Amino acid sequence: MDRNSPPPEQRKKRFTLVDLLLFSALAALILYAGYRVNDVLVYHWNWSRVLGFLVKYDQESESWVANLLLQGLATTLRLAIWATVFATLVGVVMGYWRTCQNLALRIISRCYVELIRNIPPIVFIFIFYFFVSSQLFPAIGIYNIDRDNPWVANEVFAFLFGDPALLDNFLAGMICLSLFEGAYITEIVRAGIQSTPKGQWEAARSIGLSPFNVLRDIILPQAVRKILPPLAGQFITLIKDSAIISLISIQELTFVANEVAATTTRVFETWILVGAMYFVLCYSFALLFAHLERRAKRSQR
Amino acid sequence: MNPAMNESSHTPPLVEISGLCKWFGEFSALYDINLQVNSGERVVVCGPSGSGKSTMIRCINQLEEHQAGTIKVDGREVMPGMKQIEEVRRDVGMVFQSFNLFPHLTVVENLTIGPIRNKLVSKTEATERAMHYLERVHIAEQADKYPPQLSGGQQQRVAIARSLCLQPKIMLFDEPTSALDPEMIAGVLDVMIELAEGGMTMICVTHEMGFARRVADRIVFMDFGEIVEVAEPETFFNSPRTERAKLFLSQLLGH
Ligand SMILES: Nc1ncnc2c1ncn2[C@@H]1O[C@H](COP(=O)(O)OP(=O)(O)OP(=O)(O)O)[C@@H](O)[C@H]1O
Ligand SMILES: [Mg+2]
Repeated sequence: MDRNSPPPEQRKKRFTLVDLLLFSALAALILYAGYRVNDVLVYHWNWSRVLGFLVKYDQESESWVANLLLQGLATTLRLAIWATVFATLVGVVMGYWRTCQNLALRIISRCYVELIRNIPPIVFIFIFYFFVSSQLFPAIGIYNIDRDNPWVANEVFAFLFGDPALLDNFLAGMICLSLFEGAYITEIVRAGIQSTPKGQWEAARSIGLSPFNVLRDIILPQAVRKILPPLAGQFITLIKDSAIISLISIQELTFVANEVAATTTRVFETWILVGAMYFVLCYSFALLFAHLERRAKRSQR
Repeated sequence: MNPAMNESSHTPPLVEISGLCKWFGEFSALYDINLQVNSGERVVVCGPSGSGKSTMIRCINQLEEHQAGTIKVDGREVMPGMKQIEEVRRDVGMVFQSFNLFPHLTVVENLTIGPIRNKLVSKTEATERAMHYLERVHIAEQADKYPPQLSGGQQQRVAIARSLCLQPKIMLFDEPTSALDPEMIAGVLDVMIELAEGGMTMICVTHEMGFARRVADRIVFMDFGEIVEVAEPETFFNSPRTERAKLFLSQLLGH
C-alpha cells in the first residue's frame, strides 16, 4: 500500500440480527394492535368524514377553503408564535432579574418561576383564565372593542389574531401560555447569563460600561448563542403545550379535534390525524431549527 | 530641580489608598493597606500567591468592594455602590491575566465599544482611535479578526489597547504575562515598557523581575494581605529589609 492509494473502504453500518428481531417485534405489536381494533372491536375505519374536516368545498365562492381542523391548526400556530414572542420577553426580563443585584427583583422572579413550575399547568390555566377574563379584560376594555371598526375588521388583523369576535379568548389563551412557558424560558436565560465567564463581566465593567450595556452588549449576545438550542426545544414544547389551552375554549387544534371527534364519532381517525398534524408541525420546526443552528455554527468563522 | 517633579509633588496623588481593609466572609484578605501612586509613577506589586495583590488593585476600580478605609482616584473617593463608578472606571484601565476579550466582537469592536458606549467619541473617531492604539501594540493587521483566532500574546496586546482606547489616567495590570507561553511574554512586556516610557502611570502585579528592575519606580511587596515592604527596585532585589521578602525572593529565583 503506498501513500496515494485510496483509503480502505469503511465498513457500512449494517442491520444486525438483533436489529432485525427488534424491528419484527415492533411490527408484530403494531399488527396486533391493528388486529384488535379491526377484528375484536370490529372497528370500521372511515377516514373520509374526518378528512372532510380538513378542507371543504365552499358553494358560495366555489372554491376549497380550510375547514375546522386546518383552522384549528392555524390558531395553534398563531397562538404559539405570539406566545413565543411574549414568553421570550418575559423570560429575558425575569431571567435577568433572577441574576441581578436587587433583592426585590430577585425575589419576584424566583417566586414567579417556582409558582409556575410547582403547580400543574391545567390548574394554573384555570385560575389565571378566570382572573384574566373576568377581571383584567373588563378593566382594560377588551370587551368593548368595536368589532366593526376598520382597525379590527380587516384581513391583516384576522391573519395575526384570528376572528375578531374571539379576540378576548385568544388573548387570554395567549397570555396564559406566555406566562406559563415564560417561566421555563426564564430558567434557560438565567443559565445562559450565569454561564458567561466572570472575566467577561469584569472586563466589561472595567471599561466603564453601565450595567445595562454590560448585559446588552457583552453578556446577552454570548448567552444567546449558548441558549439557542434549548430555546428552540422550548418553542416546540410550547406548541405541544398549547393543547392545554383548549380547556378554556380557545378553538385551537385540540379543541376542534374534540368537536370533530364528537360530531363524526370517528375517534381513532380524528386523533390519529390530529396527532399527525402536530407531529408534522413540530418536526418541521425541529428540522428548521437544526438547520439554522448548523448555519449559525458555520457562519461563526 | 526638574520642574515636572516639582509640579507633581504639589498635585495630589493619582491613587491614594489609606487604611484599606477587605474581608471575604470571615477571611481577612487585605488589612490596613496604605499606598500612594503619583502621576507618572510606575509601581510593581509582588508577593506570594494569595497575598492579596489582585484584590488590592481590583478595589481601585471597585471590581471588589472594600469594607473599610478610603480609596481616592484622581482626588475622587471611590466607594462601594457609588453611582458614578463608570466615570472612575474610564480613568482606570485594567488588564487581566486571562485577557478577557469579548469573543463575539472583532478586535476593533472590542476596542471601540468602550468609547462609543461611554459617548466619548463618534463611531468613526472611535475606529480611528482603535487603529491608532492597535498600531501602538503592533497588531493593526489583526483588526478584523475575532479574539479566539489570535495567539495569547496577541490577545493580551489587544486587551492593553482596549484599555488605552479610553485614554485612562492610570493602568492596572494583574499578572498580564502569567497565562502566556514563554515565547509570547516578550512582546507583551515590550508594549508595557513602551507605555511606561511614554509616561503612563502604572500599577503592575507581576513576577517578571527583569521588567520590574527596568521600569519600576517602587516595588511593593505584599504578604498575608498586608504591605510588608516598599522599596526601590535595586534596594529591594539586592538587600530586602524583611525576612519575608528575602524568603519570597529566594523562592522566586531559587528554582
Ligand atoms: N471572591 C473571593 N471569595 C473568597 N475568597 C477570595 C476571593 N477572591 C480572593 N479570595 C482570597 O483572598 C486572598 C487573596 O487573593 P488574591 O487573588 O488577591 O491573591 P493574589 O495575591 O492575587 O494571588 P495570586 O498570585 O495567586 O493571584 C486569597 O487567599 C484568596 O483565596
Ligand atoms: Mg492574583
